[in-house]
Amino acid sequence: MTDPHNSHEHEEARRNNGAEELDAARRAFLRNSAAAGVVALGGGLTLYTISGEALAKKAEEPLDPKKRWGMLIDTSKCTSGCDKCVEACKKENGWEAKPGSRTDVQWIRKVDVKDPKTGFLASLPVMCQHCANPPCVDVCPTGASMQRADGIVRVNMHICIGCRYCMMACPYKARSFVHEDIPEERKRFHAPMGKGCVTSCDFCAHRVDVGQIPACAEACPEGAMLFGDMNDPESALSKRLREIRSYQIRADLGTDNGIRYTRLP
Amino acid sequence: MNRAGDAGRIPLPHGVNANDKAGGKMRALWRRTILALLAGVMAMLSGMAAQAGDIAPKVPIDKSKGSCVLPGDQMRREHMKILMHRRDNTLYKGIRGGKASFSACLTCHMVKDAQGKPVTIKSPKHFCRVCHDFAAVRPDCWSCHKSVPEAGDAGNQAMLKGFGSGQVKGRMFAQLRDFVQEGRK
Repeated sequence: MTDPHNSHEHEEARRNNGAEELDAARRAFLRNSAAAGVVALGGGLTLYTISGEALAKKAEEPLDPKKRWGMLIDTSKCTSGCDKCVEACKKENGWEAKPGSRTDVQWIRKVDVKDPKTGFLASLPVMCQHCANPPCVDVCPTGASMQRADGIVRVNMHICIGCRYCMMACPYKARSFVHEDIPEERKRFHAPMGKGCVTSCDFCAHRVDVGQIPACAEACPEGAMLFGDMNDPESALSKRLREIRSYQIRADLGTDNGIRYTRLP
Repeated sequence: MNRAGDAGRIPLPHGVNANDKAGGKMRALWRRTILALLAGVMAMLSGMAAQAGDIAPKVPIDKSKGSCVLPGDQMRREHMKILMHRRDNTLYKGIRGGKASFSACLTCHMVKDAQGKPVTIKSPKHFCRVCHDFAAVRPDCWSCHKSVPEAGDAGNQAMLKGFGSGQVKGRMFAQLRDFVQEGRK
């Protein structure tokens, strides 16, 4: 099968603008090889980390397939009723959910859970869990539901036909269908959303791609959301995950979530 | 009729004798008519050429904000391929910014209205619509994508922050930063 992606590569090489992107790819490759060399020599030292956030990708470079983005949510710091992360996501990505609506778009929501036997309470922000084995990608008939090489699961809305199989398959209710046109004032340059497509949290890919952390993690007043590279043993996230016990929602499903919680009832 | 002396002359209609006096008059009249017709056709052709230059829509561009991606005629044929390729690169590889980015297109080609605000796709002055209206093509990009580079936009802010902290470097990005900052004014 020919990959339309690669066939375009040759066309692009003839163009000036394309040459810049290819150069960027080449540079990234060299940089990564250099980093790997340092790992081998320096025993665990990597060039991935910048100020403990494990972010080093420049915008014009292709993503690094060696990374796997993840997040640890410290639920002991997360209070019921606080929805700063949800509000930040709405603002960043231009969606809006009317209270009580079951059909509006939502990328992240707060869920209060209680162990009925002990009465133990926890308040969790729940969004796309960025599974390593995403059921939504398995069921998609067009390939629109996709997983990037760095672990981010998202929808390619250009080829999404709006069948909503992925919504059925997702155990976390992370995806939603866009029923209405997004008004001009709510449209975001980097997060296009259109009537008739499925949409979901993309881990703020546009921010991660320029070396920033997702809007929800940035907005949390308690610093309860730690974003980072799960594959880099020296990232702040990996260190924290080594230190404390963390849980996945429905770990029994074997989806290997990128979002981990410190306490679950 | 094809005698050596008549070489280059306009052939006469059948039955007209070139040597008699009345025939000479007829021939002059005939020649004048044909010349007039030829002149008319020439005028029409040149008129059409001039007109083609006038009616082909001109895409508004502010060249002070950056250089062209490709020459105009090539862009007219290939912009959709560039956009398609770019969209895949961004979605699958996370490549952002630079000349071929949506943001850069919209920044250089931005058209402002009387109030000095960038016009959205709803206005026929929007640079995409200038040509697409003429060609009777309606692309559906803008049902999802934003059609103006909004300065206060979170994405642009994110990009700017990246520039500010030195995380994003390089000539391409210095250019894009300038585009974005221009848009903010």
